[in-house]
Amino acid sequence: MEICKTAAAGTLESSDCLVTVEPGNGISLELSSSVMNQYGRQIKATVLETLERLGVENAAVTVVDKGALDCTLKARVECAVFRSCDASAENIPWGGAVR
Amino acid sequence: MKNAVGRDIPDYLLVDGKEVYQGKQYMDGKYIQKVGPRTRRYEKPQETKVVASLVDALKLCGARDGMTFSFHHALRNGDFVANMVMKAAIEEMGLKDLTIAATSLGDANDPIADYIEQGKVIGIQTSGIRGRMGEVVSAGKLKTPAIIRSHGGRPRAIEAGEVHIDIAFVAAPTSDCVGNCRGIGGKSNCGSLGYAITDSRFADYVVVVTDCLVDFPNFPASVEAIDVDAVVVVDSIGNPKKIASAAARISQNPRDLMMAENVAKIIASTPYFKDGFVFQTGVGGPSLAANLFLEKYMDERNIRMGLAVGGICKPMVELLKKGKVRAAVDVQDFDLDAVNSINQTPGHFEMSASQYANPANKGAFVNKLDFVVLAALEIDTDFNVNVLTGSDGVLRGAPGGHPDTAAGSKVCIIVTPLIRGRMATVCEKVVTVTTPGDCVDVLVTDYGIAVNPLRPDLVECLDKAGIPHVSIESLKEKAYSLVGRPDDLQWEDQVVAVLEARDGTILDVVRKVKPLEL
Repeated sequence: MEICKTAAAGTLESSDCLVTVEPGNGISLELSSSVMNQYGRQIKATVLETLERLGVENAAVTVVDKGALDCTLKARVECAVFRSCDASAENIPWGGAVR
Repeated sequence: MKNAVGRDIPDYLLVDGKEVYQGKQYMDGKYIQKVGPRTRRYEKPQETKVVASLVDALKLCGARDGMTFSFHHALRNGDFVANMVMKAAIEEMGLKDLTIAATSLGDANDPIADYIEQGKVIGIQTSGIRGRMGEVVSAGKLKTPAIIRSHGGRPRAIEAGEVHIDIAFVAAPTSDCVGNCRGIGGKSNCGSLGYAITDSRFADYVVVVTDCLVDFPNFPASVEAIDVDAVVVVDSIGNPKKIASAAARISQNPRDLMMAENVAKIIASTPYFKDGFVFQTGVGGPSLAANLFLEKYMDERNIRMGLAVGGICKPMVELLKKGKVRAAVDVQDFDLDAVNSINQTPGHFEMSASQYANPANKGAFVNKLDFVVLAALEIDTDFNVNVLTGSDGVLRGAPGGHPDTAAGSKVCIIVTPLIRGRMATVCEKVVTVTTPGDCVDVLVTDYGIAVNPLRPDLVECLDKAGIPHVSIESLKEKAYSLVGRPDDLQWEDQVVAVLEARDGTILDVVRKVKPLEL
């Protein structure tokens, strides 16, 4: 998928994360997390996997994590990407690219 | 050298007779040589000990570089006194190389972090360390490793001379002109002054700092004039709103209530639940709520609690007033109901920290505990508990009375949710061992109960009462299945804090955290 404009999903509540995607060259990820020392590596892997699954090849991604579980991270990344190309209102590929 | 909880303690710390932790009650029957302070004689009658300022008091006590100052934390997060004293000593008098020996430190003491960074404060001995101070110490900015002790371990160390207090500063809600102090009757009341008592008796000099000077004699006094050198009157010793909350609210969270109910069920299933039982609970959500459920069982069996120990708060005061508890001994008060009850409600008494929890005296109150209900930041599959370091390895907690009550009680129950956010509370290895697993008996979580295999008698009690329980390993696996298996923290070699067991042996060390680089 192509990131057309800046979009965000999520909150800064505990156990959530705020994901922002912007147009970019290649994938860049800026990550901060309240559980960085123990889960930073896994959070990074989850975000990158999700982007790959959505076919995003160019994006500047910022994740401010407040201890979100993997399922939350995935959902927030998916939502931000779909919003960035105005595809979040209908015809979401449930069970396809979005799992 | 590895200790009894499997922690590697660097050999360079094992000097001057320091040993590694060997298991509970290792020091039983051994002897302690108590030290005495060197105090000034005031033979000539004094009209008053009130001096004009903190600096005057510091000068009177011969304050100089390299000294150790002590503080108590009865004013909790509302305390102004520690910051005021350190400011006067460092900024007005230009003192340096100071050590702070506090019963605990909280967010209120954030300004002291600057003095650590400037190298003016070179040592910290405390039970609790949080906020910015926790961060700068964890970052290795304190010149010597901080020494963390439990509430019982501290008076033991003071009496043994392992920490020598040059000047004790006693924040006092009321004092008379010669230094008889009480925790009530003023405008910044804290109730019990239990944590200040040992300091006042073992420090070379004692300075009382109050914002309410009352008529002589201010009796019955918690800290007595016979130990006091000077009295300083300041505008305010603390923020009353942060000293004692209006009333600790009982949790309405169904998860907390479910855990609390299970705690009460477990207590009622043991043979120690009989008339006159001795009880302590923390003030965390589920621990506090356990009081309510316990009352039901007490009514059902028509028994009374003999004694409530510890930090006292409203639910316990109410039980006392209803006659369901015969007495409460109180080292610290958490809310205004408790503050207004101490020495007023019949049976509500003050005790010192040594009387409360010191393992080296001839029988502290914790040794009479039948049950204690406590919280945890982390608990591992050996039942070791961490209440000091966050899961990121940074200092942000306090052993407090946790290790003392766990060791002294017949049944120690830890109640905690299985996960907090993404953190697994039940884990493979806690970051820091603050309470050794051989003192912890039962774990109650929202996903199940586990009993320490060291207590087959309790397993039998639960089975007889039909209370389901599982292995602690299965709870750990459940937690990891929800949040993922955490990576191990990365550490530098530098030790930033030494965690003493209550008996004075070394239980664990905290090293400088190496931040994760992605």
